Amino acid sequence: MPKDGGIGASSKRREDVRFLTGVGNYTDDINLHGQAHVFFLRSDVAHGTLTSVDTSAAEGMPGVVKVFTGADFEGVGSIPCGWQVTDKHGEPMQEPAHPVLAQGKVRHVGEPIAAVVAETLAQARDAAEAINVDIAELPAVVDMKDALKDGATKVHDDLNNNLCYDWGFVEENKAATDKAFEDAAHVTTLELINNRLVANPMEPRVAVGDYARGTDEHTLYTTSQNPHVIRLLMGAFVLGIPEHKLRVVAPDVGGGFGTKIFHYQEEAFCTFAAKACNRPVKWTSSRSEAFISDAHGRDHVTKIELALDADNNFTALRTETHANMGAYLSTFAPSVPTWLHGTLMAGNYKTPLIYVNVKAVFTNTVPVDAYRGAGRPEATFQLERVVDKAARELGVDPIALRRQNFITEFPYATPVAVEYDTGDYHATMDKLEEMGDFAGFAARRAESEKNGKLRGLGVNCYIEACGIAPSNLVGQLGARAGLYESATVRVNATGGLVVMTGSHSHGQGHETSFAQVVAEMIGIDESMIEIVHGDTSKVPMGMGTYGSRSIAVGGSAMVRATEKIINKAKKIASHLLEASETDIELKDGAFSVAGTDKSVAWGDVTLAAYVPHNYPLEDIEPGLEETAFYDPSNFTYPSGAYACEVEVDPDTGKVSIERFAAADDFGNIINPMIVTGQVHGGLAQGIGQALLENCAYDENGQLLSASYMDYAMPRADDLPMFSVDHSCQTPCTHNPLGVKGCGEAGAIGSPPAVVNAVVDALQSAGKDVTHVDMPLSPDRVWAAMNG
Amino acid sequence: MAQVTMTVNGKAASGEVEGRTLLSSFLRDELKLTGTHVGCDTSQCGACVVHVDGVAVKSCTMLAAEADGADVATIEGQANADGSLNVIQQAFQDHHGLQCGFCTPGMVMSAAALLKDNPKPSESDVREYLEGNICRCTGYHNIVKAIMAASGQDVGAIAAE
Repeated sequence: MPKDGGIGASSKRREDVRFLTGVGNYTDDINLHGQAHVFFLRSDVAHGTLTSVDTSAAEGMPGVVKVFTGADFEGVGSIPCGWQVTDKHGEPMQEPAHPVLAQGKVRHVGEPIAAVVAETLAQARDAAEAINVDIAELPAVVDMKDALKDGATKVHDDLNNNLCYDWGFVEENKAATDKAFEDAAHVTTLELINNRLVANPMEPRVAVGDYARGTDEHTLYTTSQNPHVIRLLMGAFVLGIPEHKLRVVAPDVGGGFGTKIFHYQEEAFCTFAAKACNRPVKWTSSRSEAFISDAHGRDHVTKIELALDADNNFTALRTETHANMGAYLSTFAPSVPTWLHGTLMAGNYKTPLIYVNVKAVFTNTVPVDAYRGAGRPEATFQLERVVDKAARELGVDPIALRRQNFITEFPYATPVAVEYDTGDYHATMDKLEEMGDFAGFAARRAESEKNGKLRGLGVNCYIEACGIAPSNLVGQLGARAGLYESATVRVNATGGLVVMTGSHSHGQGHETSFAQVVAEMIGIDESMIEIVHGDTSKVPMGMGTYGSRSIAVGGSAMVRATEKIINKAKKIASHLLEASETDIELKDGAFSVAGTDKSVAWGDVTLAAYVPHNYPLEDIEPGLEETAFYDPSNFTYPSGAYACEVEVDPDTGKVSIERFAAADDFGNIINPMIVTGQVHGGLAQGIGQALLENCAYDENGQLLSASYMDYAMPRADDLPMFSVDHSCQTPCTHNPLGVKGCGEAGAIGSPPAVVNAVVDALQSAGKDVTHVDMPLSPDRVWAAMNG
Repeated sequence: MAQVTMTVNGKAASGEVEGRTLLSSFLRDELKLTGTHVGCDTSQCGACVVHVDGVAVKSCTMLAAEADGADVATIEGQANADGSLNVIQQAFQDHHGLQCGFCTPGMVMSAAALLKDNPKPSESDVREYLEGNICRCTGYHNIVKAIMAASGQDVGAIAAE
């Protein structure tokens, strides 16, 4: 019987009601009294020197309040980078300044040059057209390998070259890894591209700045996954506003997928301009602006080599990756190709030696940063593709080769610096084989062939690292932030309670799932619990939501705070019941004395806390409110096995997904319905990357895929029904809920399954195709077949 | 500026608009009906779908002036008279057909238009009809399921899980 509430129940989402009736409160729904609107004039060239920005005509246009250029921001700080990577020689990465509005040069199409604040958006846009900008164009640096050639045009004149860093991991393993390749019985090599993507949450970014002159207080409403991080970065590093004078609110946020983690210029601008204009200033991104101003994702070019011994055991792995940073360092960009990518290269396998080299490169393109999975999809894709290629070269079953090399004993310390606490990779593969009906594949292939189609089956595994932590470790790795999470539990006098969490929900359903946890712990109805997030004036300093960290880190903080509440409530109950505290039991929302029929209800205890007439005032304070900060001791390691079946039309190269099965191990699960939904969404984004999506620049640095007319978002008729299972559960050993996180798995695990399936389909027709770069659009597949 | 008058969710509504004002802007900015969302500027995403004289329309592709005199229905007018969720809205909640909620108003309005013309759509009918509505969160699986369930079909059989 499924549970009807608490941990493990598929509770319906309470937030749905406001979203389904049109009364959500997204940032663009916020309109403040006296608000003006800003329109950004953005560079239409990729690289050039700003010779003049003449705003005189614009300033006299109807409705214009003020026109800003880079000169207005000369005393303002640079948009900061939150992670400093140290290169293989021990030197810090090259870190360029990142102005709010362009200073002297423009470095990518979309970089804001000037901003017009006007009474209406239409007036601001009209006036921006009257700004005269002269740009002396410079050659654009677009291709990463060209960018690193001697004499290449520099994106930043004050840096040595276009190399942000050259990272080696683990440098001490390099010689032994190279030796293992010399001794290998077989080496499989693969060169591939992890295509550049745009996250594209359906809600474009919005920022509304407000300033109260009387109290010198700033408020920023913004589409953010982590309002406290924005408050810290913008307040301390850009605008010099102390945190107690700066409130950041991220209300209902319409999807993030990583791209709303980062601090953007538009947020700093609206906050700054609200004071300068002495009125609220609002910016709403158009989708066209989003394509040229939201941080992009992925964009790795990789060579990977796998060494095997004569018995097909993996003996070493070596990779060389070029990672595109774009023109500036977005907030967490340097960490993505390094600590979120190199540390995952062991995957599910006991490869003893691994060496990862990453060259991060500046180009005249939009900054690149974390997008759903962030580094882990890039690691998984190359590893699972090279393993598949090795199986085909060796003539062995791809599943058998994987199983032979699986890690089976836990905890397992990888050669890339992380320790997996739990997992059971054979169990998820067993489940996948059952779900995927592999036994029936031959018959399905025969049926497809009868219809003139090719059919392929692709399988892969993945490992993820969620809830990146602990803070002292990530600090050593270059993070300029802590990675704990916070929660305050405030119990009201009549027994209802509010959890103020530092996590942020932008589609994940925390208002429902977090309430389920507290309801289970206290034994009260979920409806008595309110989850508050997204407002720095309400919730304790928190780090927000990304990297599938919310339930593992934020949920743990909430559990710790709730435990403190329960402990204090038991003290009050023991006083009311005139019994020893150690004899008090909490069950189904009532405190009782063990072995007796004496009990007191939850509401009576909470009332006593706030009306302390009969209360142990000499021992404890009145009130019932507790805060906890939780800093995990390790990452969590979800894992799984995915299978994709495709049909390929040999006449057109069109690929269709016929079946997709996902067997995941997320540890314990709070709300299975929500978890399944998270996997569905991840799969759609991963399949989108594999088949449809591509962010393309031309050689001049012009973005060719700059709208939904050209960037192929997955639509309903591109995708199948998914088969999803998460019954394999090896609970995390180091957090109180035993949870691992599920938000990114689908996006991490699915691209290699799709490509493996297409290669299988093409080889079934005798084609000598070992790899096709994503997206596997009809023209690419057709060319691979006929090339 | 021109005066436009229309019926929105059964009530008379009017306002002064510029010739270039889109219906989506009129609903959101003038009438403060912010349930209709704008997710793109190329009429691709469908977050802004409303019904104009009973027909599903992307309100970002229509000028407010063109809707003068029309009967417009938006997400705010979809719930039952007692405030409870209507059949489609309830099916979206029951089958987890939404996550961030941003595309949801357009999805619900498109679903209503589909079911009006095709009361028992197949899975492929639903997927084809939703071509003009983009969701980035759900992978569409549960949206398709919700719409088919709202049509009274047994969705246990169509969605392997």
